[in-house]
Amino acid sequence: MALPAASQTASPSTTTTQPSHILPAPFTNSQLELLTQGAEALVYRTHFLTPNTPVVLKYRPPKPYRHPILDKRLTKLRILAEARVLVRVRKEGVPVPAVLGGDWDNGWLMMEFVEGKTVRRVLDEWVERGAFKEERSASIPEEGEGDNDAGKQNQGGGGGDGEILDLMRRIGRAVAKLHDLAVCHGDLTTSNLMLRAPPPPKEEASPEGSSQKPLAGRQTVSTMREAAMSGEEPPVAAPSKVEPARDSSLAGDIVLIDFGLAAQATKQSQDEDRAVDLYVLERAFAATHPSAEYLFQEVLKAYGESFSDAKRVLKRLADVRLRGRKRSMIG
Amino acid sequence: MASVRTFTLPHYPDYPIHIALFKDVSNAEYLRSKLLEADSAFDYAFLDATTVSLFDHDHIISPTQLLSAAFLALHLHLTSRSKSRTPHSELVFRLHPNNNIGESYRKFGIADSTTSLIAVKLGLAPEITNESVAKHLGEHVKGESVPLGEEGQELGQWADEAKLRKIYKLEPAGGGKPKKGAVNGDGAALDPRKEMEAVILGLMTIKGS
Repeated sequence: MALPAASQTASPSTTTTQPSHILPAPFTNSQLELLTQGAEALVYRTHFLTPNTPVVLKYRPPKPYRHPILDKRLTKLRILAEARVLVRVRKEGVPVPAVLGGDWDNGWLMMEFVEGKTVRRVLDEWVERGAFKEERSASIPEEGEGDNDAGKQNQGGGGGDGEILDLMRRIGRAVAKLHDLAVCHGDLTTSNLMLRAPPPPKEEASPEGSSQKPLAGRQTVSTMREAAMSGEEPPVAAPSKVEPARDSSLAGDIVLIDFGLAAQATKQSQDEDRAVDLYVLERAFAATHPSAEYLFQEVLKAYGESFSDAKRVLKRLADVRLRGRKRSMIG
Repeated sequence: MASVRTFTLPHYPDYPIHIALFKDVSNAEYLRSKLLEADSAFDYAFLDATTVSLFDHDHIISPTQLLSAAFLALHLHLTSRSKSRTPHSELVFRLHPNNNIGESYRKFGIADSTTSLIAVKLGLAPEITNESVAKHLGEHVKGESVPLGEEGQELGQWADEAKLRKIYKLEPAGGGKPKKGAVNGDGAALDPRKEMEAVILGLMTIKGS
């Protein structure tokens, strides 16, 4: 997969629309199911080691517009950075997918498949179910802006509220655990948080992939561009996969995914980076679920109680809210 | 005849992996000497069974650590990027977190004192079959052959957890902070061995990078 990049510069291929990339060595003829696609990588579902171990394959195809040597080096750098962070963080007990294999020279990384759905979808479904009704009448939170006053208004949520608030607390604690290690995610959106389905008591009660036929060739199915790699604006409420909400359970562990932009924060920058992580997550809540935004307060609350620097980070978050994610260039 | 189980990796269906497990092996010294002579008939990866970990969880994971190393060795061999001389030595090398081949052999390879042994043969040529491997091993390994199940869970039964934690520089079991289960609050407590395996696979993957 090294050379094709060079030849492609000569004859530009129009592979931008359909991800018909030819995968490197062992996967060229394998059956893969495209799960999602970001700016830099394609994410497939496949098997590893045994036919019944589902895994996620993240492939960063060579970019034809880059010089091949530079391209290789950048790809290698990024995959390795992601793999290292994942392994290190997992070692410390943060819930992230395990790294199972990889080949940076060829641009792929194999990770544990997390059975479940994204928090974004969970929230979408939760809103759809109308679990939210009560609060909406109480207060229509201002859309978009991440004002925290929206959160205070409805503490006495009521019956079904406890469960969703508990989910929020789990999110807060998981993020705190990551931040406690001075690792910042870099693209913390609701799409990059998974709710791992608790192991079903019997066979396959799980949603998603398993409901479709196993692996029917290389497809270009869903084009959920969930992982906006740049982390710019959180993706605006595109209708995610139109599937009936079957499993509405909010139980399960939170798993953080997509560490493509993660970095070890330095002493000086760590509070800022952590605060920006939270800010991005807050915006993701606001953008995709304006109605559910008050839930974010619960995330912050759990976060604040989870590690010693958290208070400082939350203070910093107030600054970040005022000016946005980017730091001012003045001074 | 020794009992040999053949595994097939999903992405390398053409290269089966033959694995045999022995206990009460008495001639480890002889086998090791054959390896040192680089006798081509003894082109195996002989591993000390105490340092291969695998844990059955949920019946999903099979002898993951070993197969993962085999996959990496095979993959690197087929793309001509092996760091060591043969695919079999590469397999031993891939198990170790550091970039030191000799060290890998000392830690994972057969030692003169080895009594429980795992023999791995990569099916790189068509004449290497389950039968040929079984026959050859049966003739040369003095020990009791342990049949492997479908998933090969038996491979992990002698795993020495403390030894493995030391090799991979993991925190001792039960030590340290409360683990992930506490973070998420609900769900069943995590299987520490499963966690350990996840980290080991990661370390094997990013080694030498």
